[in-house]
Amino acid sequence: MKFNVNDIRKDFPILSREVNGKTLVYLDNGATSQKPQIVIDAIAGYYSNDNSNIHRGVHTLSQVATTAYEEGRKKIQAWINAEHSEEVIFTKGTTDGINMISNAWGRANLQKGDEVIITEMEHHSNIVPWQMICEEKGATLKVIPVNDSGELLMEEYKKLLSNKTKMVALVQISNTLGTINPVKEIITLAHEVGAKVLVDGAQQVAHAAPNVREIDADFYVFGLHKMFGPTGVGILYGKKALLEEMPPYQGGGDMIKEVTFEKTTYNELPHKLEAGTPNISAGIATAVAVDYINSLNWDEIHVHEKELLDYATAQLKKIDGLKIVGEATKKASVISFVVEGVHAYDIGVIVDKMGVAVRTGHHCTQPLMNRFGIQGTVRASFAFYNTKEEVDLLIVALKRAINMLS
Amino acid sequence: MTINERQDGIIEEFEMFEDWMDKYEYLISLGKELPLIEETKKTSENIIKGCQSRVWLAADLENSRIQYTADSDAIITKGIISLMIRILTDTSPKEIMETELYFIDKVGLKEHLSPTRSNGLVSMVKQMKMYAIAYSSKV
Repeated sequence: MKFNVNDIRKDFPILSREVNGKTLVYLDNGATSQKPQIVIDAIAGYYSNDNSNIHRGVHTLSQVATTAYEEGRKKIQAWINAEHSEEVIFTKGTTDGINMISNAWGRANLQKGDEVIITEMEHHSNIVPWQMICEEKGATLKVIPVNDSGELLMEEYKKLLSNKTKMVALVQISNTLGTINPVKEIITLAHEVGAKVLVDGAQQVAHAAPNVREIDADFYVFGLHKMFGPTGVGILYGKKALLEEMPPYQGGGDMIKEVTFEKTTYNELPHKLEAGTPNISAGIATAVAVDYINSLNWDEIHVHEKELLDYATAQLKKIDGLKIVGEATKKASVISFVVEGVHAYDIGVIVDKMGVAVRTGHHCTQPLMNRFGIQGTVRASFAFYNTKEEVDLLIVALKRAINMLS
Repeated sequence: MTINERQDGIIEEFEMFEDWMDKYEYLISLGKELPLIEETKKTSENIIKGCQSRVWLAADLENSRIQYTADSDAIITKGIISLMIRILTDTSPKEIMETELYFIDKVGLKEHLSPTRSNGLVSMVKQMKMYAIAYSSKV
């Protein structure tokens, strides 16, 4: 189907609402995406018609709900090109997935003297869990630096790699800079020294389907809410052999085979890693979100998003004193910027009054802010439903804000 | 003038503004006018870190009354700080402790003092009261 942005916008009811008396211009997609009506309907539909706890229930509702929930897993499996459905683990979100690996895999596999490599552009959620487990196990955290454009210094990465490296954890697309990292090359190099790789795909999933087998990721994590699905559910993909040998992360219902007070044996994958009642409605809506994504023309969306990025970049650069932070050659539709003499928070407050939603601050990447010697940025992050007209509204609001503030 | 008389004065001032533009332009001008905190007081001890903006706050006791000085790197935050200081400074610790800051709500700036804003203002108000409690034993 041909991509038409005005038609697509009709799928998202929130895009026609007003904020502070102005039509909403939503440019905070890096924080969370909006939801199409069919996803919203799927959540309400579950509670209206099928609400019941999944797995092991013999009654009809439980079976209907279980089937719909497991459909979400299968849809994700196909979408990310995983070999087995049990390699797809439902989590609470990206952060939860990283914590599961740092805790369960890290505790079983890291030893004193081992090294974990992350990058200077990581979100705090891909820094802190590794700091915690490294401290516990006496392992060392190493950091791949970025250049002034916000690209990873691959030569520095190669120097950091050694037989001590046990894990490389990195983001595929930077939430702050928009940089698209060469994950396939990074993974190949890590595998050469026998290290495993976790890819944080939080920002990737709104722009393109991850292909976990093509890049050969050992672990791949993301949340559904950034890909037009519900909050409170995410995915951890892991290679089957790695997940099988990994001890459970949490104990509870659903993850056991047999429990006695002396010993518990664990359930098979994926349930071994999914203790307790999950977010069922969100799991069911996951299937709908993937269907929705698959119904779109992604070749044309890529062109559209590239046009938005190029157009917005060009318009922003015309503003006096504005500097874009992150100018990688390969970049997703995320633009961070600072304006000389004007605080990002003040800009965010004023443009909001004109209906424009952007994010301001350090974007949970404080070490990256330190690298660039700044406190924070204003970030406009675009999704396929954004338009050039919205870029124009951002520019008008921004100019007015700068005028008021300087 | 009591704290509440000062609050009522600010509420009256804000009633003149017709739209958000006027209100924010006023806040911005207040932010620009706020006398800067002495550089020696811009220490890590006096910093209140928010996710969004940083605030520095110091309080001194002079003739049994608290004198507050503060600063922020964001101008709108600074404008609101200026209002806070106007209301609370040069007052007895006891009066500050007993004060309820109702003006924020009335002038339509409540969103800036929501804990989720993380601009340091909520912590600043708490810290101003903490200073009052600390100094009350010295009066």
